[in-house]
Amino acid sequence: MKFGVLQFPGSCDEVDALEAARRVGEAELIWHGERDLKGADAIVVPGGFSYGDYLRAGAIARFAPAMESVIEFAREGGPVLGICNGFQVLCEARLLPGALLPNRNLRFTFRQVALEVLSSGGTFTRACALDERLSIPAKHAWGRYYADEQTLAAMDDSGQIVLRYAPGENFNGSLHDIAGVCNEAGNVFGLMPHPEHAVDDLTGSSTDGLKIYDSIKMTIEA
Amino acid sequence: MAVASLPTVDDALALGLTREEYELVCEKQGGPPNQVELAMYSLLWSEHCAYKHSKKLLRTLPTEGPAVVMGPGENAGAVDVGGGLACAFKVESHNHPSAVEPFQGAATGVGGILRDIFAIGARPIAVLDSLRFGEPEGEGGTRTRYLLDGAVSGIGHYGNSIGVPTVGGEVYFEGPYEHNCLVNAMALGLAERDALVRSAAAGTGNVLVLFGASTGRDGIGGASVLASAELDADDTGAGGDSAKRPTVQVGDPFEEKKLLECSLELLDRGLLVSLQDLGAAGLTSSAAEMASKGEVGIEIDVERVPLREADMEPFEVMVSESQERMLCVVEPDRLQAVLALCEKWEVEGAAIGTVTDTGRVHVTAGGELVGSMPVRALVDDCPLYDLQPQKPAQPVYPAPAATASLPAEATIEQTLLALLGSPNIASRRPLFEQYDAIVQSRTVRRPEQADAAVLALPADAAGVQRALAVSIDCNGRRVAADPYRGAIESVLECAANLACAGAEPLGTTNNLNFGNPEKPHIAWQLSEAVRGLGEACRALQAPIVGGNVSLYNEGATGPIYPTPVIGMVGLLPDARRAGRLGFARAGDEVALVGPFAPSLAASELAKLRGQALPDGLAEIYVAAVREAQAAVREAVREGAMSSAHDIAEGGLAVALAECCLAGGLGAEIALDAGTAAALGAADDAETVLFGEGPGGFLVSGEAGSLERLGERVALRRLGTVGGDSLAIEAAGEGAILASLEDLARAHGKLAELFG
Repeated sequence: MKFGVLQFPGSCDEVDALEAARRVGEAELIWHGERDLKGADAIVVPGGFSYGDYLRAGAIARFAPAMESVIEFAREGGPVLGICNGFQVLCEARLLPGALLPNRNLRFTFRQVALEVLSSGGTFTRACALDERLSIPAKHAWGRYYADEQTLAAMDDSGQIVLRYAPGENFNGSLHDIAGVCNEAGNVFGLMPHPEHAVDDLTGSSTDGLKIYDSIKMTIEA
Repeated sequence: MAVASLPTVDDALALGLTREEYELVCEKQGGPPNQVELAMYSLLWSEHCAYKHSKKLLRTLPTEGPAVVMGPGENAGAVDVGGGLACAFKVESHNHPSAVEPFQGAATGVGGILRDIFAIGARPIAVLDSLRFGEPEGEGGTRTRYLLDGAVSGIGHYGNSIGVPTVGGEVYFEGPYEHNCLVNAMALGLAERDALVRSAAAGTGNVLVLFGASTGRDGIGGASVLASAELDADDTGAGGDSAKRPTVQVGDPFEEKKLLECSLELLDRGLLVSLQDLGAAGLTSSAAEMASKGEVGIEIDVERVPLREADMEPFEVMVSESQERMLCVVEPDRLQAVLALCEKWEVEGAAIGTVTDTGRVHVTAGGELVGSMPVRALVDDCPLYDLQPQKPAQPVYPAPAATASLPAEATIEQTLLALLGSPNIASRRPLFEQYDAIVQSRTVRRPEQADAAVLALPADAAGVQRALAVSIDCNGRRVAADPYRGAIESVLECAANLACAGAEPLGTTNNLNFGNPEKPHIAWQLSEAVRGLGEACRALQAPIVGGNVSLYNEGATGPIYPTPVIGMVGLLPDARRAGRLGFARAGDEVALVGPFAPSLAASELAKLRGQALPDGLAEIYVAAVREAQAAVREAVREGAMSSAHDIAEGGLAVALAECCLAGGLGAEIALDAGTAAALGAADDAETVLFGEGPGGFLVSGEAGSLERLGERVALRRLGTVGGDSLAIEAAGEGAILASLEDLARAHGKLAELFG
């Protein structure tokens, strides 16, 4: 299978995401100005500061030509993974519900966090067990997940809340400790922690992030 | 040039030139310089650009060695790290801007040092920072916390946004920095060894392309005096409010991120003859230095420079320090390709001049010549001065105030907890958590996991990943007590940090932060420190490949502590065997290694007690320390040590606590009379526990591994790892029994101050 990893001016973790994807399949960068998704089976919208985070994190990237194709790809059911800034972009693009606000402590914060898998078996958590704990680093200034209570209740009912910060780990103040959510169809997934930085014991402190990539591969090849 | 009266000698004095220097300029120019020329001379002949008070000293430093690929004089130095790769690195200061506006001052400090790295064709892979502020509590504490908060946010803002990890650093809080904080930033980059670029301009007829941000009036610092004087006299109306303009540049990491990718792609495609970043003194210094190194002339048309403000004077264009700009030399038939690539990265590029064979810098405005100077006069003919060093007869620095956190009759346990919570020793977590330490997926050891940051290199054919280790350090208080030995200690400390990670030094960079060198006692500090620095780097075979000098760091209450910040880069053969500082396994034995001779003189405990600095530090046996470092390094590389940590501020007891906290494991330690005697501190438990000095390491591992290490170097077993508290039995002084929780609470003090 093949991953396409978007690259905007200001992307920072695109090469990390590319290399992580290459551990389970083929992967290629897709320049923000291009509409051709190069035959990718799944798209990763990576972390960083696309367009300098000007206006609002993800607000400008959402209009990139490549994103127009990604939106179409997602509507047709293609798997799309948004990490950190990518999660913000997917929310801005309305592919995911809710929004990401400045962290409660108003600072950029980097920490290895423990996450709980609330919804397993889907496109992005097929390789995880229910309630399994994942150790993955998070690093961001705007990661406080917010949606109105009605939306949150509906998301909860339909299993869209995929990852939650374990007790004591929610440093950014996300509502209901939400760390990662998917859309109703389950083919678009965004999370603030960085699975691409937890794929190698040498640099990652764990390899739990690989399970997200493995899940996508299992879905595509199922 | 437009009809205007020539600047006078008074204008030159106001710009910082001396009367004699002004006369020399007139001689080189064959008459009085005009406004553009005087502005350019005053900057290039400033201490900052010409190193006129330090160059003679710097020439005494060792700069050559087997690993050196690029030495001082280029944008950054570089060492060979094997596998066809080179590591570029350099440290630079941004002290005064940070004292005025800490966020932007620190942010642009990071931006500047990153440009130095990619200017030579290396991709930046890590940033470290070295910070100094006044005391965070008591009078002045509020401002200290404001400065620290701003500087840390600024470093994070720039480094995080540009995708370069901030992997390490150091912070000290001392009274003499209260009115003159220090913000030094170090960066490392990685490049194909054979693809490193130099900055020398070459090829008559080649085109000068300026690319990146547009040029504005921001950061016209050195010339602001001229600006007000001249503009008022000319009454052009272009800048009547010049005095109000901020002199601190404003950074834009997004612009720099594009500039970085654009520069590296331009080099990768072989489109450039040479490349140079624009830093202090902007176009003036970049153009003159490129011309000087290439022994050519350069002509620049200021009207072709993209401006962000209308009606800028030619001299303003030439001295502007607007950030995120690069200057390159391009062969004419490649110009279009260069500009097209700039467009791809959404970076503005403009051909602003040409390389000539005149040996002069010509500045034109449209067709009109507005300045003409011999390159050699600008760059090489600034007079160099001999220092007049004299050891001060009286102490330069007042004794620090005793801290309230240390009771007069403190037990050794209370003393340990007070030390762990002191601003210079407490955990830096609240600060480094604001930095992305892992982007680019190279970081093998994150902050507080090892004494040095460790960055993996690409795997070789056999799949083995070697790694770089890097450390930055300087204890200014100890340098103030003894500039010569204090500087040696700073170098040894960096090398000790590398040894604990398993790395051997390849090269060194330094930032000499001192007061006014025209004062004999500061000149003495500077020359003594440079003497120590040179000796230590020679002994360790860690040559200095680049650096920076920041002088005149004085506030209303006197000079800063002399602070020769040392950054050292080393190599380890297997990233998977990088050392850790934390205890790792219950049952491991703990041992003290090396020629450690602790003393309370100039220690952290002496500071907490409000004691004045001693006149001199104890003699250092550099060769013995080097041997101990080599033994520890080898043991770590063999994978024989569970942990290795060097003993620094707060002495042995603090080092033990740090090993416990980093590993989440306690230890049971006995410091008997024999140990005290071996350390030269018989019947003096306080000195054994809290004394400081170079050469001491704390290691843990299996009994057999320690035994083998003991065959190479002086080693004393102190106890065992295990449990959830640190228990220390100190002969004659009772015992310490502190739970990990107690230790962590004390160590977490900084969070209370900066939460």
